[in-house]
Amino acid sequence: MAVSVLIPGALRVDAAGESKVSLDLPDGGVLRDVLDGLAANHPRIDRRLRDEKGGLRRYVNIYVDGEECRRAGGLDTPVMEGSEVQILPSVAGG
Amino acid sequence: MTYLLAIGTGKGLFLATSQDRRNWEVSTPYFAVSGVYAVGIDTRRSTPRLLVSADSAHYGPSVYLSDDLGKNWDESHDTAPIAFPPDTDATFKRAWQFAFGPEEDVVYAGSEPWALWRSEDRGRTYELNRPLWDHPHRAEWNEGAGGPAIHTIVPHPTDPANMLIAMSTGGVYTTTDGGRNWTASNTGVKAEFFPGDRQYPEFGQCVHKVSRDSQVAERLFLQNHGGVYRSDDNGATWNDIAPGLPTDFGFSILAHPKRGNVAYNAPVAFSDNRFPVDGTLRVHRTEDGGANWTAHDVLDEPYYGIVLRDALSTDSAEQPGIYVGTRVGDVFVSTDDGDSYEKVVGHLPDVLCVRAAEV
Repeated sequence: MAVSVLIPGALRVDAAGESKVSLDLPDGGVLRDVLDGLAANHPRIDRRLRDEKGGLRRYVNIYVDGEECRRAGGLDTPVMEGSEVQILPSVAGG
Repeated sequence: MTYLLAIGTGKGLFLATSQDRRNWEVSTPYFAVSGVYAVGIDTRRSTPRLLVSADSAHYGPSVYLSDDLGKNWDESHDTAPIAFPPDTDATFKRAWQFAFGPEEDVVYAGSEPWALWRSEDRGRTYELNRPLWDHPHRAEWNEGAGGPAIHTIVPHPTDPANMLIAMSTGGVYTTTDGGRNWTASNTGVKAEFFPGDRQYPEFGQCVHKVSRDSQVAERLFLQNHGGVYRSDDNGATWNDIAPGLPTDFGFSILAHPKRGNVAYNAPVAFSDNRFPVDGTLRVHRTEDGGANWTAHDVLDEPYYGIVLRDALSTDSAEQPGIYVGTRVGDVFVSTDDGDSYEKVVGHLPDVLCVRAAEV
């Protein structure tokens, strides 16, 4: 299935400058599979999004088809053919 | 000659350069909105290398390198420079210290959570020191207010097997076999936050910083959470040198890079009143190993920014610069061994660390 990932400006340097990355994943996947697919080609982005235990960094929000993943199933949030995954920095800093 | 001053702040890194240490050109921030708790300037090769620990508020921590004095930063490898192995069940929060020993291209990093890392490729990739990670004392180390960090690494200048590290809390640990075994080394160092009969434990002290004498390798100066000490036996025992200071509390201590028995200290009023003594920014200097100290005003006006543990540093030049950074975003330099100070830059975010070198 085809899934697209929208990359925020600050991370595009780690995605060859792309604002949108298209992935072809097996059917029936979840958000974790999307991030794994992203990491396969862009490992530095993965380090920005997840720690070495695989946990999503606290001030990164990832929306799956418009729903923030923590309000859905977290990294187990299902994705479907045509899903759009958007990465956004949350509110942090001071 | 160009002097490079790297200033790590709570919101990014600033680089200042000068030909004379009077007139400085200061950059705009690198790694904006990232805490820069540790900077290293490795001058052992002809091309200086900058190492920076930057932890982004959004996108987490990493270690970055620059071989062109900050024009370009490299973190291009596919695996994280510092990452805890899966079996540790830990995640890297930040590096608190970089240190360079006598082995060419070897870099050490101290991290939060408490860990020591060794790099053999000049700071690009690091391996966890397992004996310290697996130390039986680990379960009894306690997190200080700054975080559970190994913030101090003091290599021996000639013996690569010999090293001292310090943490808050836990205290000083030393190795004499290249990191295979680590021994708590806090004899004489007080832990004032324990009950009376337990104030001199084997370990558990909140040591804030240790600096090695430039002429006698076995001589060390230590700023504790309550207590200032000198060791003449490579950390095996510690003796009180605080009586000549206005207080025994503070975060920073620095040995002069060229003169033995000379050290600098920036006292803080006390643990419950963390401001400069008398609301005046002063750096105290000893020239006799701590028996006597003289106070030198950095600024002749009321001042309430203290000097954190890595914000007192030197460029190790022939006539060294002594650099003082404060929590209210000012950096000062002395080029007369600490008799007087001039401002390098002001109004930065809170200064967490400064490092300087001739480049």
